[in-house]
Amino acid sequence: MADKNYIISLQGVTKSFGNNTVVDDFNLDITKGEFVTFLGPSGCGKTTTLRMIAGFETPTSGQILLNGEDITRIPPHKRPINTVFQRYALFPHLDVYDNVAFGLKLKKIPYEVTNKKGETVTKYRHYTREEIDEKVMRALKIIDLEDLENRDISTLSGGQQQRVAIARAIVNEPEILLLDEPLGALDLKMRKEMQLELKDMHKKIGITFIYVTHDQEEALTMSDTIVVMKDGVIQQVGNPIDIYNEPVNAFVANFIGESNIYNATMVGKLKVKFLNHVFDCVDDFPLNEKVDVVVRPEDVEMTVIKGKSDDSRLKGKIVTKIFKGIHYEYVLIMGKSEIVTQSTKDYELDSEVYIDVEPANIQIMKRSSTENVYPEAWIDKNNKLIIADGEFDVDITQLLKGSHVDDDLYLIGADGKKYDLDDADVIASIDFTDVQIVDGHDKGNVNGTVVETIYKGDHYAVLVRTAEEEDYILATDDTWNEGDLVSVIVEPSKIRLTLKGDLNKYEVQ
Amino acid sequence: MVKKIFGQCYIWLILILMYLPVLVLIAFSFTEATNVGEWTGFSFNLFPRLFQSAEIMTALANTVIIAISSSLVATILGSLGAVGAYYSKKRMRNAIDLATQIPVVNAEIVVAFSLTVMFVFIGNIINTYMFSFWTLLIGHVCLSIPFVYTSVKPKLQQMDPSLYEAALDLGASPSQALGKVVVPEIMPGVLSGFLLSITLSLDDFIVTAFTRGSGLLSGDKKIETLSTLVQAKIKKGPIPPEMRALTTVLFVIVILAVIGVTIYRNQQAKKIRVRRAF
Repeated sequence: MADKNYIISLQGVTKSFGNNTVVDDFNLDITKGEFVTFLGPSGCGKTTTLRMIAGFETPTSGQILLNGEDITRIPPHKRPINTVFQRYALFPHLDVYDNVAFGLKLKKIPYEVTNKKGETVTKYRHYTREEIDEKVMRALKIIDLEDLENRDISTLSGGQQQRVAIARAIVNEPEILLLDEPLGALDLKMRKEMQLELKDMHKKIGITFIYVTHDQEEALTMSDTIVVMKDGVIQQVGNPIDIYNEPVNAFVANFIGESNIYNATMVGKLKVKFLNHVFDCVDDFPLNEKVDVVVRPEDVEMTVIKGKSDDSRLKGKIVTKIFKGIHYEYVLIMGKSEIVTQSTKDYELDSEVYIDVEPANIQIMKRSSTENVYPEAWIDKNNKLIIADGEFDVDITQLLKGSHVDDDLYLIGADGKKYDLDDADVIASIDFTDVQIVDGHDKGNVNGTVVETIYKGDHYAVLVRTAEEEDYILATDDTWNEGDLVSVIVEPSKIRLTLKGDLNKYEVQ
Repeated sequence: MVKKIFGQCYIWLILILMYLPVLVLIAFSFTEATNVGEWTGFSFNLFPRLFQSAEIMTALANTVIIAISSSLVATILGSLGAVGAYYSKKRMRNAIDLATQIPVVNAEIVVAFSLTVMFVFIGNIINTYMFSFWTLLIGHVCLSIPFVYTSVKPKLQQMDPSLYEAALDLGASPSQALGKVVVPEIMPGVLSGFLLSITLSLDDFIVTAFTRGSGLLSGDKKIETLSTLVQAKIKKGPIPPEMRALTTVLFVIVILAVIGVTIYRNQQAKKIRVRRAF
């Protein structure tokens, strides 16, 4: 039995369409009255999760509990949950009043009567006209559209339609209000206003809001709790301040706010080295561990170098200066690396400055992987390495010291033993720096699409995903855009193989 | 200026081309001559004769009954089909689209003849003579369904696909969501599909001739509709002059209907709804 304090719990919720898993093992508990935001890039599964809560999709596995009761398979019209749709989905054939009254007119409310035998029975009735009238007018008052009740939907502005959609949902007094990118269609100014209004409304009516957006600023402004998602998997759950200040990985750091992200190594107790400089830090990681660090632009302190420079301090040169209204944004260059900084102070372009970062402002994140590892790879009869839809030339002699491959493609050991590695299962690993990328399809070992790029000061970490959902992470100096169609090439000598099981079982007599 | 005059002339030319034949016919319904084109003096006599002609009145009633019944059936089936196809998977939808497009471009004679062959075939199996009002009804429904489907489909495509889900979300059961949201949204398409069906059925000759049997007001004889009646008369001699009066009457009814609908719509738009309780 789930904790009664949670209004809604998602437990191990997974949704697949065919072979494509859109939401993967989603676990989340939401308390009553919370404002929760699902944040992530498009296609991360946030809308699908919302649709499962609303009841439009049924999870492939896992369950959804509302006040401790399983509602996984209850149809949407029987759930006390209402949705504000992305493009409002107002009914064009009804006017404002009838749109708002739609749910009320359908609702059946239980009431108890005592029958002739003296038993109490529950009967159902519809709301009366007066009750509906009162509720509709109250809802219209909340959204400030009291005078527009007789207007046709098509005569309303985007913002007004937005409000009607909200009124139509809250008038039913749902336990949870779902909002699917409700401000996406509004212009910037309107959006900012509505953000504040929605937050006010949330406070006033006190129901639980679950909000879906890809706009990180919106999420930070409005939410009590942010759930950052990527590829159907929760990356981090936390309040806006934690998410911003202590992102758990490079994806979250890159997605939320502006950030400088670098590859770094722990070089001592609470000492981390990046940008060729050792910084003090507050996060404790094992010595020599490869990590990612994030430094927010506003946390970089600059001091103009006067006189003879101190070589023990980190120095940079201002190469770009952009006026942003409240502050300036500078890009500094040091050696090959760049750092973006923000400051209200006016520095001269091209001036040399010292760069300092407070230890508390260096966020160190565990690196999810340090190389590409493919545990499901195998060798085919031509001694090629097969990784899902990719085919690679590979040096199989590394599996046995002193061996060579004969003309019949058998692996011959130093002692003359013969091995047939056809269909052998192997674990393949490739360093990020050994994966090459070229523009266009069919030019390398496997075709893929760029799905993520993170700038790491002096290079980009690029994630390429193939049609069969195999990922290749690579380091490159070139800029690639998300959605680029590319081919991946790996040099045969750069692929490391580990045989699964014993080599002897492949021996040929 | 020249451009304007030219434009005006063009419109009038088109209008004359469209309406002149009808006006000529109306004029000739006020003369009793048997042969078309002769003027034997002004007279209203064709109109009483029209209403006294049992033959024409029977054919007219048959035509109207078939038009309305077949259009109702075709509209319901065609609209439901369009809704079903719209919410189907893409491949299924495309298959249904194609299947409904073929009868639209197909020659009517193919539809008519294939129906006849099928009815004869089924009749042979169950050892009965199939042709009756019902075969005629099926024929007309087959003729109209693709047109209903084609006029409903664009309305569905214009509709926001999340409307149905919005209705469910607000507590409507699937059938309520269909009735309260989807149907009102596609109503204009359904109505125009219905009117199209009526028009198709009213003046259909080929399918009628091939699929009719005995029944309706024609009793034991083959069902006679206006189109089959005219055809039968032409075979023997000139078109009965009363038909000219009938055409005039039909034309006037249509004009009145169109004017009536326009006035009704204008009034609806002006009407202000009042329902505030406080």
